[in-house]
Amino acid sequence: MSSMTIAEKILAAHAGLDSVRPGQLVDVPVDMTLGNDITAPISIKIFRDTGVKSVFDREKIALVADHFTPNKDIKSAEQVRMLREFAEEQDILHYYEGGNCGVEHVLLPEKGIVAPGEIVIGADSHTCTYGALGAFATGVGSTDLAAAWIRGRTWFRVPESIKFVYNGELKPWVGGKDLVLHAIGDVGVDGALYMAMEFTGPVIEKLPMADRFTMSNMAIEAGGKVGLINPDATTEAWVKERTTRPFTLYASDEDASYAKVIEYDCADIEPQVAFPHLPENARPVSQAGKIRIDQVVIGSCTNGRTEDFELAASVLKGRKVAPGVRLIILPATPAVYSDCLDRGLLRIFADCGAIIGPPTCGPCLGGHMGILAKGERAVATTNRNFVGRMGHQESEVYLANPAVAAASAVLGRIGSPEEL
Amino acid sequence: MKFKGKVWKFGKNIDTDLIIPARYLNTSDPRELARHCMEDADPDFASKVQPGDIIVADTNFGCGSSREHAPIAIKAAGVACVIAPSFARIFYRNAFNMGLPIFECREAASAFDEGDVVEVDADSGTITNTTKGTAVQAQPIPEFMQELIADGGLIPHVMKSV
Repeated sequence: MSSMTIAEKILAAHAGLDSVRPGQLVDVPVDMTLGNDITAPISIKIFRDTGVKSVFDREKIALVADHFTPNKDIKSAEQVRMLREFAEEQDILHYYEGGNCGVEHVLLPEKGIVAPGEIVIGADSHTCTYGALGAFATGVGSTDLAAAWIRGRTWFRVPESIKFVYNGELKPWVGGKDLVLHAIGDVGVDGALYMAMEFTGPVIEKLPMADRFTMSNMAIEAGGKVGLINPDATTEAWVKERTTRPFTLYASDEDASYAKVIEYDCADIEPQVAFPHLPENARPVSQAGKIRIDQVVIGSCTNGRTEDFELAASVLKGRKVAPGVRLIILPATPAVYSDCLDRGLLRIFADCGAIIGPPTCGPCLGGHMGILAKGERAVATTNRNFVGRMGHQESEVYLANPAVAAASAVLGRIGSPEEL
Repeated sequence: MKFKGKVWKFGKNIDTDLIIPARYLNTSDPRELARHCMEDADPDFASKVQPGDIIVADTNFGCGSSREHAPIAIKAAGVACVIAPSFARIFYRNAFNMGLPIFECREAASAFDEGDVVEVDADSGTITNTTKGTAVQAQPIPEFMQELIADGGLIPHVMKSV
């Protein structure tokens, strides 16, 4: 058998082939499919229009009402009602709404619904998050999702792979967010277009799962199809705590071939801030200048995990949010919320003057719960800073890690925890 | 399959939030989405665009979200096709699935100015700028994909054969 990357191995195994090569088209079964309150309504309408009576497998569909929930208006409520009725009608196993619901890409791994070696498609671009588990996971449109609900399969072009090797030691306050923003800043927002991004090296091997999820989550911001991390003992232990389902750990061969290999020395990587209006506008926080801010958002599928709030709380403890700044804390799932409660983090956030909200995508995509007015600026631990992403077309979003976001909330301007 | 229309020009990395902002995603009604098409890139676009007009942009058109509302909004606004040097992966697939023709053309950003009238031949991939009297080459669309577009997208296309 020829040498393959992890992306090639997962696709080959699912296609029933000994090997695949970049450019080859394969038809593969899907292990899990995902839709949310924005994208699934279109899939449901398409599914109904086809006249097909039942989905391919009620246990391989996840419907998560996380974007505009708690429902922000009547139209949003109607969209969620469509999901609920479809879930009831098809007896969908993984239906999440209300008190059991959280941000999909944090929720699914946490519940053990996605596992290493699987193929996952989701009608949400950040489905690539599960690459951190060593799963081939990618975003598709609502039509492809509906087709998969019928067929249980989808087609892919085997992507070329681009390898990012992180060497050295992490500097203080640097985490997965900074490593991936640095890479996006390096290759650009279409630097990995159509490609599998693979994050490797000694630094990644030592990285906790939360940071790995953050990195894989943002592969799409470089145009990547998937953002893979070779699963190891850390991955295996994490997954085994969450599912009893069997899974397969695939890893790239040493001599697998790559379109490009890029090496970074982490001694050169400071905490990053991505300036408006593209994630590629990353620069070290020390070079951010004095930028006054109106809002800070800590949460999302990128940085809304317990570890992210631990980090933010370590910066905020005993301090106050600067006057005129709104700090919005959105734990990504009910379990994360409970963790924050049990560990006393919510006490710290409440004492410093933060607004603590429910698990939701909320302001990340300009949905609700923290929309920016004309001219306002926010530091966010989210993944996109496009024009109008969090509100008015003339508002601005700066992407950063949770520690920098927390420090900025205290400083009233973009800054590092080291300045406190 | 041929298209002839007036060019509306956009830049690099036109993301899905520019094509259809998330604040309008509490519906998937094509007519309503069309009213806000390209709103954050050009607030007047939806009122100016005429049926059959063509969007020309620079690299990485459609980057960002997987929202199928983006090609739906463009198509429902009456845009005949989109021409760009490269498209983001999910948008590329969504566009064909929705029956919106898109053309990969390396010279897209330099060969056309706003208001130029262009003719696109999907069979050959030739794009003629009738205003300037020039022509450039794009990736042609094979016959089976043209059929899919003519049927209105993947699902109507598939339903025809079941």
